[in-house]
Amino acid sequence: MPETPLQKFSPLHPIHVAAGASFTDFAGWQMPVRYTSDLAEHHAVRSSAGIFDLSHMAEILVAGPGASAFLDYAMAGTLSAIANGQAKYSLLLTEAGGIIDDVVVYRLEEQSFLVVANAGNRLVAAAALSERAAGFDATVTDSSDDYALIAVQGPKARAVLEATEGITQVGLPLAELKYYRSADALFEDLPLLVARTGYTGEDGFELYVRADAAQSLWHAITVAGGSDLVPAGLASRDTLRLEAGMPLYGHELGLDTFPVQAGLGRVVALHKAGDFVGRAAVEFGPAADARVLVGLSAEGKRAGRAGYAVFDGAETDAHEVGSITSGALSPTLGHPIAMAYVDPTLNTPGTALWLDVRGTRVPAQIVPLPFYTRKTK
Amino acid sequence: MTDQTHLKYTPEHEWLLIDGDTATVGITDYAAQKLGDVVFVDLPAVGAIVNAGQAIGEIESTKSVGELFSPVAGTVIEINDAVSAAPELINTDPFGAGWLVKITASRPADLTGPTFLTHDGYRALVGE
Repeated sequence: MPETPLQKFSPLHPIHVAAGASFTDFAGWQMPVRYTSDLAEHHAVRSSAGIFDLSHMAEILVAGPGASAFLDYAMAGTLSAIANGQAKYSLLLTEAGGIIDDVVVYRLEEQSFLVVANAGNRLVAAAALSERAAGFDATVTDSSDDYALIAVQGPKARAVLEATEGITQVGLPLAELKYYRSADALFEDLPLLVARTGYTGEDGFELYVRADAAQSLWHAITVAGGSDLVPAGLASRDTLRLEAGMPLYGHELGLDTFPVQAGLGRVVALHKAGDFVGRAAVEFGPAADARVLVGLSAEGKRAGRAGYAVFDGAETDAHEVGSITSGALSPTLGHPIAMAYVDPTLNTPGTALWLDVRGTRVPAQIVPLPFYTRKTK
Repeated sequence: MTDQTHLKYTPEHEWLLIDGDTATVGITDYAAQKLGDVVFVDLPAVGAIVNAGQAIGEIESTKSVGELFSPVAGTVIEINDAVSAAPELINTDPFGAGWLVKITASRPADLTGPTFLTHDGYRALVGE
């Protein structure tokens, strides 16, 4: 039997325990799965605001005169093209075109970038970056243990943060901070990076702060938020991102997935000059019959879940044409939704397919992603 | 509020309220908490003949699916329609309004034997 790996705890763990959270193991971390009700937490983010501890995410710093050229080579996007204070969703590919991780890259300064990777991919992402840095004038530093990450998401997120004692804007005021931009700020004299990013489909912010300041920042935000803000766990984060059609590594993305299969062809900058890892494989493309990611919507209450098969008919001799990667009864929409990989000939919205829900064929149809888009003013 | 100390329990996190040859069955607060918010319940038909340990229903939350096992061989004599309409009752009142089925045991002695856990035994099982 393998040894049980050491459990890792967020710097905010004592706060979650005091709040009565239930915990789940996520990539070796004990993280809050819910505080009271995952549905209530989900609805709060859609209608008001929620605060999430994402300190398990990995923060990798890339710095040096060659940092931007290095990232252009190491990743699928053109990171040299983003401005200081801008963020970009990108992919770390294998030579074979598979996905090592999906990341958000923030350009902090001309020669300094923050790469935020998934907790479960921290080591492989950091290793891939370090390996690829050879020959570039750039350093790669896994600083994950130095950072805590707190997300405040929802229509009232901005108001909550504007009212938070101790946060001083150094760069742009929050009202002027655009989506996928970040600004330097201070929290009680400590550097704080405030980014208008998120994984919920709502307006919101992600705050990177020194781990030892995380508890006082969380406390200050919750005091400012009052009843407009609820602590929200990973269960609600998962249903929120699913409704927003956002992929989750290990579900929609993996080493055997080409970006184009996941609908992420636009993330791969084939037009950029010079080589990047995975370029040749991505240009060649996946097999013609490689399955593609689609959204599925069903009626009733029985959700298809990750791993369930998708068929082209209700009959027992119907063909298996796909597999669900994420699925739930959508809290916002009230009916089952799922993301699935299906045969590429079936990816037209309106196509009728059947989900095998533990032996019962549940009718569904392909719908465009995302399932949910927030109303903007 | 149901007096939980008078209930019997199973290792599958179900409780039984035994009244003569009939048991009212639900899932425990521990199970409800582990599942998260219950959003769908599939219960057996009234009149169904069930075996001990047989999966007779499903309890789905946003995150996962749990099965309902019959704790005893017998006949389903009543199901809780209220919980089908309002599955959240399983979270808000698992030992009361969130009950699931009533089963009349085909051998009433099955309900009185040492098969089931006591309240203390169950709490020890879940580490409380």
